[in-house]
Formats: sequence, C-alpha cells, structure tokens
Amino acid sequence: MLEIKGLRVKLEAEDKQILKGVDLSIGAGQVHAIMGPNGSGKSTLSYVLSGKDGYEVTGGTATLDGVDLLAMEPEERAAAGLFLAFQYPVEIPGVGNMTFLRTAVNAQRKSRGQEEMSAAEFLKEVRAKAKTLKIDADMLKRPVNVGFSGGEKKRNEILQMAMLEPKMCILDETDSGLDVDAMKLVAEGVNALRSEGRSFLVITHYQRLLDHIAPDVVHIMANGQIIKTGGPELALEVENNGYADILAETA
Amino acid sequence: MALPKLKSDVTEARLAGLTLPAGADWATEARQAALGRVASMGLPTRRDEYWRYTDPAALTAPEAPAAAVLATDETPIFGAVDRIRIVFVDGVFDPAASDDLSETGLEVEFLSSAMSKDIHWAKDLYGVLEARGQKPVDRSLAALNTAFATQGVVIRATAKVARPVNLIYLHQSETSDAMLHNLVRVEAGAEVTLLENGPAAARFSKVLEVDIADRGAFHHVRAQGRDHQRRAVTHCFARLGTESTFKSFTLTVNGRLTRNECVIELTGDDSVAHVAGACVGDGDDFLHDDTVFITHDAVGCESRQVFKKVLRNGATGVFQGKILVKPGAQKTDGYQISQSLLLDDDSQFLAKPELEIYADDVACSHGSTSGAIDETALFYLQSRGIPRKAATDLLTLAFLAEALDEIEDPALAEDLRDRLEGWLGRRR
Repeated sequence: MLEIKGLRVKLEAEDKQILKGVDLSIGAGQVHAIMGPNGSGKSTLSYVLSGKDGYEVTGGTATLDGVDLLAMEPEERAAAGLFLAFQYPVEIPGVGNMTFLRTAVNAQRKSRGQEEMSAAEFLKEVRAKAKTLKIDADMLKRPVNVGFSGGEKKRNEILQMAMLEPKMCILDETDSGLDVDAMKLVAEGVNALRSEGRSFLVITHYQRLLDHIAPDVVHIMANGQIIKTGGPELALEVENNGYADILAETA
Repeated sequence: MALPKLKSDVTEARLAGLTLPAGADWATEARQAALGRVASMGLPTRRDEYWRYTDPAALTAPEAPAAAVLATDETPIFGAVDRIRIVFVDGVFDPAASDDLSETGLEVEFLSSAMSKDIHWAKDLYGVLEARGQKPVDRSLAALNTAFATQGVVIRATAKVARPVNLIYLHQSETSDAMLHNLVRVEAGAEVTLLENGPAAARFSKVLEVDIADRGAFHHVRAQGRDHQRRAVTHCFARLGTESTFKSFTLTVNGRLTRNECVIELTGDDSVAHVAGACVGDGDDFLHDDTVFITHDAVGCESRQVFKKVLRNGATGVFQGKILVKPGAQKTDGYQISQSLLLDDDSQFLAKPELEIYADDVACSHGSTSGAIDETALFYLQSRGIPRKAATDLLTLAFLAEALDEIEDPALAEDLRDRLEGWLGRRR
C-alpha cells in the first residue's frame, strides 16, 4: 500500500534536515504505529506525505499503490486515497461543516470519474456516520471546527475519514488533548473503519492510544530516522522505560 | 472665496453641458439651491482630501466614458422574490416593463411625472437631506444630481408594505449617462423594503434620500451591475427618527469605478442604522470606494458598518468610514469594521477609519484589516480533496459571509450568496 524509501526532507525556510532517510512499508489492511520523542520528525513525515508547503524533498520516494505521491498536489493525493487526520484540525469560520464535507466528498468523486452524491444521499450517510461518533446535528451545522472542543475536533476528523473512505489513513497524534472517554470514542471510530483494503499509520507519543487501536507493527523514530521496528510489545517497552534505552542501544 | 483653478475649470466644463429642468415645479427651488451649492463647492478633483484615493475625473467629465453592455443569460437577481418591479432603461422609467404599483400602504410617484404635481411631503424632502449632508464634507456630485436629475421614484410608505419595491436598472446603451434621484418617506410605524439592482448606464449618478419617521423601518438590499466598464457614483442620505431602523446592504462585483457614499443622521433616540457591503474586484482598472459618514445626534442609538472586499489582479478597494458622536449623544453604540482579502500582491486596500466623539458615555469600536488567504486553511481543504481553486473560492465566500449575514431576509441573502458562488467559480 504505502512504500517509503530513503525519504530525506528539509525545511524550505531554513537549511535544516528533518528526515534523514526514512524507510517504511505498510501492507494493505495493516496498522502501523510510529512512536518517538518530540522533534523526531513524525509530524513532518505526515505533512510531507500529504503535500503541505514548506518542505523540500531532497531524496527518496513515497508511493501509494505504486503511484508517486510526492509529485501530486494535496488534493490529488486525497483523491488517490490518502487521508491525514490533523493533530490540530483547522478552524474555518464562514464555511459550514456540512458544506465542507459535501464539497470534499464530491470533489474526490468527481476526480475519480464517479458521479456526485445527491444531497439526500449525502445527508442520510453523514447523519448515520455522525451518530456513531456522537456528533450532533448542531456540530454539523456550525462552521468547520469553530468553537469545537478538542474532542469534538478529533471526532470531526474521524467523521471526515469515514465519509471520504480513504485507503491510507495517517493519524497524527490524534490522542493529543483527549480525555480517556474521548479517546475511546475516536478509537472506536477508527476500528470501525479497519478493513482488508485500508491501512493506517498511527503517529503517537504514548502507548495508551495503541491499547485501543491495536497495531500490527510499531516503529520508533528518532532524529529523522526509524531506528527500531517491532511488534506491539515495542510500544509497551516505551511505556515502561521511555525512549532512553532504545536511543542508547541504537546510538 | 474663489475655487482653485482646476476645480473651477472642471465645474464650469461640466455645467456648460447641462441646463436646469424647465417648468414651475415643486422642485425648482430645490434645484436652484442645489446648483448654487455646486457652484460654491465646485466638483471634486483628485486634490480634494475626500477624493484622495479615488480619481473622480471620469465622474465629473462632461461626457460619460463608454461602457460595453455585459451579455448574460442569468436569471434576474431577486427573481425568486415576490416584488413590485419598477424598471429604468439607461436611467429612463419604462412603464411597460414595470409592474402595477397598487399596494397597501404604498404610494409611488415618478420624478418625471410628479414634477407637475404638488406633493408637499416630497417637496420637504427633495434635496433637503442632500443639503444637510454637505457638512462637514462637500458632496457636490450629489448636489449636481439634485439640480439636474429628472428621473427617479418618489416612494411613501404609510404602513407595513408587504412586498418589496424593486428598482431594476437596465443598461442598454454603451454611452448612456444617467441621473436618478429617489425619495423615500417612511411614515411613523411604517416599514418598506427597497431592492435595487443593475448597472443602470455607462455612467450612473444616483441619489437616494430616505426620511424615516418615528418607529419606521427601511430595509435596503442592492446589487450593482457587473458590466466591467460601468462607472457609478451613488449617495444615500438617511435621517432617522426615534426608535426607527435603517438597514442597507450592497453587493458590488465588477464595474470599473464605483463610489458609494452613505450619509446617515441618527436624530431620534434609540434608532438603529446598519450599513454593509461586500465587493469582489478583479483587474487593475477596478476601483471600489465605500465612503460612510454616520452622525449620532440622539441618545441610545446604534450604528454598525461591516464592509468586506475581495481584490485580485491589481484591483483597488477604498474605505472611508466615520462615526461622529455629537455632544449629548450618550449611550451611543457604534461599530465599524472594514476588511479586505487580497488574492495577490498587486491588489491594494486603502482604508481611513475615523471616530470623532463629543459625548462621554459611548461605546465605539472600529477595526480595519487587510490580509491574504489563510494558507493553513487552504491546505486543510486541499488535503480533503478540494482543488486549490475551489478551496480558494470557498474561503473567499466565507470571508464575504460576515457582510452577507447583515442581510436580514434569509431569502435575499441566499439569492446573493448563490450568485456570488457562481461568479467566483466562473471568474472573469
């Protein structure tokens, strides 16, 4: 599904190398987790994959089902099936949540040569999916993320994911700012979307999200590289001992 | 005091081609007085502080510069609203194209035919608010209009008028030079909605005088024509009685030169005046100027100004807005915001917000901002699959939404929002 080889990235604004050769291969239906200390490059990886401005790729490749992601505009990557759940979902005053969702769904369908969803069809689907995420009608009517609590914003991200049905989902610190109940709700939303044809890359500081979203593979990232890869037990090791031991043993 | 050479030359050249309408009309006195004001003030030039950002040369020139007529197959604006249509073609009333005007609580006359009648209330209004509005700043183009306009409507509301009155200004001649002078008198406790739309002419001068008696309400929604080369100078003079309401919204998309002046006097306690505008300008020959002057001269009044402009490809936006709070106008609540969204580095927004306050128990705030599109929001929308151009349009519409929200009637707001969306999507 997602193949990253030797990916090197620096910040455009300053001559600073953030990713120093990242290799990652995620198979269809798999859930991978990336853990790592602050500043290790985890969020940069998610931004570069989704096409945010301000980063310069200086080496390596990233493909989604064999298609070169890095050559595409952000909207083309989305239409190709990539989805990033933002660590800090953006507030957009003046744009209704429903309008936003419908525009996004139909833009993707259009670019894939599919017919646009009718208003009635869309409404039915969004209501059903919102209900399972405990998103009420009022949240759908309000401007995108404006006045939403931290938990509401993250649930809104998962709702977008559910409506857009991407094949590769990146969750960038989706657990940050969430209490236990909110995290459970978000995790349930993600788990409901797990399927054979859909893969996940879960970026997190803490093991606790992985209690709810069980990963197949866990990677530890530090200083712009993946320094260790293992099974779910690796996350527990981090939880118990912190990153210091792993950093020391790979140094 | 003699006028500066440039000003007197411009004024003489313009007046040379005009003659006062003949006949012993009820308006003759007002016309002569207005001509006197023009002669003493002189027409504006670029050297006037009040015209610093907007060159009035095309508005004062003896001949109107030509403007192509925009071909469009769009359905008429406000077409879905049950309204009373009054049509002007290149500034001339077209009775055949207009609706029957009988409506409860509504009296309509035309300046072209009312000239021979004695409408005492109109006599007390014609040119009166315009003359009051000449202090402290000269608005001689409005006085010129009072002196020479022979077309326009004279509207009186004596009760709550059920259907809005829609003045439709069609533009058919590339060289038309139109002057319209409209009067609206809202009697005590009465209420009326005035809709205006269309480019009107190659060059359009319009004055609207609105006198609102106690507890009266006046709603005004206007969409100025999209003909790219049209030029317009419009003045709205309003006077508000006790507990009365004035609400006005203007949408301007395209047009080469537009100067919209709005002069409001809050003379009755607890009256409310809201003025708003949304504007989209494209190209370096585009200039749009909102000039607003609101005088608080009574206790407990509220005024609100919300102006938003989207400018691209070298377009220029101007905002001059003033709130004057006179001595004794306590408990005044004044608000003013003017904002521009600059879609490229070539466009510019020039703003002059002013407050002048002579009372000590007032709440007045004003703000003005100029900014580019929010890249973070743009990326968020793109990351959901919305193409960059569509995402930009969505954010542009969101920016204008705050001004559109000032329109009280949701059906009218929705009509203008839908059109804006279509126009943004299509581009020039």
